Amino acid sequence: MTPKILLDEVHKSFGTRSVLQGISIEVAQSEVIAFIGSSGSGKSTLLRCVNLLESIDDGAIFLDGVDISAPGLNADPVRQKIGMVFQSFNLFPHMTVLQNVSLAPHKVLGQSKKESESHARELIARLGLSDRADGYPDQLSGGQQQRVAIARSLAMNPEVMLLDEITSALDPELVGEVLDVVRELKSNGMTMLLATHEMGFAKEIADRVCFLHEGQILECASPTEFFNNPTHERTQQFLQRVTDAGRL
Amino acid sequence: MVPEMSDHSGAISLSEDSSRRPLSRRQVFERRQKRRSLLIALASSLAVIGLLVALIPQTPGWYKVKRSFFNGPILDETFPALLRAFVKDIQIFLWCAPCILVLGMLLAICRNVRSPLLFPLRLFAAAYTDIFRGIPVILTILLIGFGIPGLGMDRPWNSPYLWGSVALILAYSSYVSEVFRAGIESIHESQRAGARSLGLSSSQTLRHIIIPQAIRRVIPPLMNDFVSLQKDVALISLIGPIEILRQAGIDKSKYANFTPYVGAAIIFLLLTIPETRFVDHLMSRERRRTSGTAVR
Repeated sequence: MTPKILLDEVHKSFGTRSVLQGISIEVAQSEVIAFIGSSGSGKSTLLRCVNLLESIDDGAIFLDGVDISAPGLNADPVRQKIGMVFQSFNLFPHMTVLQNVSLAPHKVLGQSKKESESHARELIARLGLSDRADGYPDQLSGGQQQRVAIARSLAMNPEVMLLDEITSALDPELVGEVLDVVRELKSNGMTMLLATHEMGFAKEIADRVCFLHEGQILECASPTEFFNNPTHERTQQFLQRVTDAGRL
Repeated sequence: MVPEMSDHSGAISLSEDSSRRPLSRRQVFERRQKRRSLLIALASSLAVIGLLVALIPQTPGWYKVKRSFFNGPILDETFPALLRAFVKDIQIFLWCAPCILVLGMLLAICRNVRSPLLFPLRLFAAAYTDIFRGIPVILTILLIGFGIPGLGMDRPWNSPYLWGSVALILAYSSYVSEVFRAGIESIHESQRAGARSLGLSSSQTLRHIIIPQAIRRVIPPLMNDFVSLQKDVALISLIGPIEILRQAGIDKSKYANFTPYVGAAIIFLLLTIPETRFVDHLMSRERRRTSGTAVR
């Protein structure tokens, strides 16, 4: 079976700074992969590359066996299938929650305004934000904003979701409500790549946990294996630091 | 000038209601400070104004200046005609303003296109803004206002109203396009990423996400440009139309007196002072909105 996503020796550098140095990984349909690693290890860049927000220098990225990283390829249809949620939400502040969620289905998928809005209302309700549909993003709490951002992505019916440290900007007591949504996505069989600092959550939800260090995947393993018997010395050091900080 | 007062303590008045909670130490302090600065401001303003009123009439030429610039009867006589002529200024302003907005926005968008096919457009927009920002408005008006009617076209194509307005539109759209461009560039990259990640094309992103936010952000500086435009309409008088400045010039010659110019200045101020106050209000509101609380 073709993997849902395949990264083959992906390289990316910004100027002289090499951020990704040969990343290769296969992601199966409905698989959830958590990327962990210290900041600057390349987690975010990796996700941005899969969404084609960054172009890669070398290697290739395949979605359902199709090379989506081919130079000159129109990225817009690809992005419709790959949803992305950002650390800082990136909601559109001049639009209501409903408009944020219904804009892309209306403008990109060509749904009628009515259709896109009723679909958006369903999604907003599913994420428990019905009473906020007509409010603006800056009237919401961080957790609510991030749930709107997830709804906005889901409105495009993506096949893959990329979650880039989606709880890092949230107050601790708001993290749970966002993670609940991710749990629900997993139970519906969504293929997901997430960059996260929430070790407990990575342990709980991921099928595989991958450790990134200086632009390379040092190891990938099942959560139990990864957290109990890390093989690589760097991974052990990282997990030790996290444990010392009381985050695991 | 009276310094702007903070209204922190303004809500509490010295009312006769003695059942009210006593003022806190800070409130007492702030009220005393406020009263003190009000008194100082008042005293210093009175002193300066008093000095001016006392000293200026002492100058040897004052009685002549008073007769030829501040002549009450002549002001009364010429003011209505000036007001009528000012309607023309407002008309010119009203048809120039929308053209300037549209053209300015188009130029700003042209300078943002990255497609190689549209490179000539980008080049044109850059040259256009360089040229018209670099020439004094008055020269643009003279060159276009006298040059183009020289082509010998028939009415209405030789109207100084038309070409004067065109000159204003050219000059001001180049200023306004720079304001729009700055606004577009001030929208954070993450907004573009958010939009593109949903599959919106770059032009859809510009149209639905970037430009609406940019416009909101540049309204105060834009209003500033339009207050300037309101005044610069008077420059068109140099190529013929009888608007307020021209009318004042005619009356000046007729009465051999400069009072009509003062009258014209008063009429401009009646419009532009409220306009600038309004812009200041918008700007300070925007500052408060974006920077949270103000540090005193």
